[in-house]
Amino acid sequence: MKILVCISHVPDTTSKIAFVENNSKFDTTGVQFIIGPYDDYALARAIELKETMGATVTVLNVGTADSEPTIRKALAIGADDAIRVNAVPTDSLFVATQIAAHAKGYDLVLMGRESIDFNSGVVHAMVGEMLGIPSISPVMKLDIDGTKVKMTKEIEGGKEQVEANLPLVAGCQEPIAEWKIPNMRGIMSARTKPLNVVEPQSIEVSVVNKSFELPAPKGAVKMISADNVAELVTRLKTEAKVL
Amino acid sequence: MNILVFVETSEGKIRKTSLEAVAYAHAMGGTVTAIALGKADANELQSIGKYGATKVLHAVDSKLDQHVIQVYSSVLAKVMQDENADVLVLANSSLGTPVAAKVAIKTNASFASNVTELPNTSAGFVVKRSIYTGKAFANVELKNAKKIIAIRKNAAELKEVGGNAPVTNYNVSLNDADFNTKTLSSEKATGDILLPEAEIVVSGGRGMKGPEHWGIIENLAKALHAATGCSKPVSDMGWRPHHEHVGQTGVKVAPQLYIAVGISGAIQHLAGVNSSKCIVVINKDADAPFFKAADYGIVGDAFDVLPKLTEAVLAAK
Repeated sequence: MKILVCISHVPDTTSKIAFVENNSKFDTTGVQFIIGPYDDYALARAIELKETMGATVTVLNVGTADSEPTIRKALAIGADDAIRVNAVPTDSLFVATQIAAHAKGYDLVLMGRESIDFNSGVVHAMVGEMLGIPSISPVMKLDIDGTKVKMTKEIEGGKEQVEANLPLVAGCQEPIAEWKIPNMRGIMSARTKPLNVVEPQSIEVSVVNKSFELPAPKGAVKMISADNVAELVTRLKTEAKVL
Repeated sequence: MNILVFVETSEGKIRKTSLEAVAYAHAMGGTVTAIALGKADANELQSIGKYGATKVLHAVDSKLDQHVIQVYSSVLAKVMQDENADVLVLANSSLGTPVAAKVAIKTNASFASNVTELPNTSAGFVVKRSIYTGKAFANVELKNAKKIIAIRKNAAELKEVGGNAPVTNYNVSLNDADFNTKTLSSEKATGDILLPEAEIVVSGGRGMKGPEHWGIIENLAKALHAATGCSKPVSDMGWRPHHEHVGQTGVKVAPQLYIAVGISGAIQHLAGVNSSKCIVVINKDADAPFFKAADYGIVGDAFDVLPKLTEAVLAAK
């Protein structure tokens, strides 16, 4: 079985978000980049499938050379080889187009339910549509039985059991697998695993990021005595008007 | 401008976020047509008109009750074409967003999800969308002739602007190839208020000390007609189900009122709640970082404060 895992290269979840150049560009100063947390779950499940049923795992990232340490980490976790599409991931359609161009021939395409930078949560659906194969998200459990894939998918306020045939695309989230931490052997072997850099497909731009902004700052917290909780109820009614 | 709105149903009822999508489309101006797929209550369908739809289409086929994303996207792409729609508006949801993504590919439409405000059309067609899990916003221009907008909760005010609208049956021809995924079963919390749609959310963290103490969270939630949520460690430890986990890698909420009890306020949790209108933090640690993001705070023991607060809420009703 051939598995393609698509990973994003995103700011760590604790990063402070700021913009530079007249709010046109993300400020990377002091920011640590990681494999997207949801993509990390997808990768972990792919490695489990490789260990239990035999598979090759290829990692794909759409990104500049800055992404390479993140890609090497995925190789250290256990992926066999990697593809980097040499481009700035501008919007979901662009990223999905690049993935679809390389995903033919894979039995399973796994990725996170969304990236934690642009949060669109649609690349898996777009890739499925482009390839004409099922796409399911967010997947919390995924098991393969022959060509059938049984999945548990989260819905608002609950979950669904879903079944589809390979090939398919799945957007993953916890608890599909335990995150894996690379060991020393993995880190050493990752250095020599193939990382192929390819140029992007060109597509017509349909969505343009014009500018970025931060939410308005919050006012100071109003403290209320634990001995007088009725005051909180009054304030929520009359002052905040949320009750 | 012809605007089509996809309204989601749950057990035949129109979901509130879909009515917000209708209100959003109405506020954009133009002609608003709504479409519901599968089982839907007739009175509910008519009442969509109150929020600004002038026409309601209803595609009836029991095969649509399964909410298969591929099927929905094929039907919606066809309706967009039939109705000559310039824009499709829908709710950002586990169904709406992937459906919209597929329709965007089928119709060559520009697509933005997590949209928080009405479009600015003074120079092009620009919408504001939430990024970095609510820690920032991007103003994005949708360049293509056809546009699809998935709106976040509270992107539009839900107010009545019209009367009932005529409901017309829409005939669908479903393609068997679209049924390439099968829903085998579904488990849904019954009688609960759905967390992503709740106006008030009461969340508990590690400070609750164990799942056996959740009763006092539930009592307060019941008094407030609120949904219950939790922090990531709480769902990781299995005290509460994953679908209640509020935060960067869980459910993002945008209620009128968010009450956090015994949650210290890790940046990842804040990212999931920072779109709330009002935040109340109850924590016995006066230095909990969450107080900095709160509108109101109480330093105190949850086991002491919560029953008193529940009593005060009931007394004030």
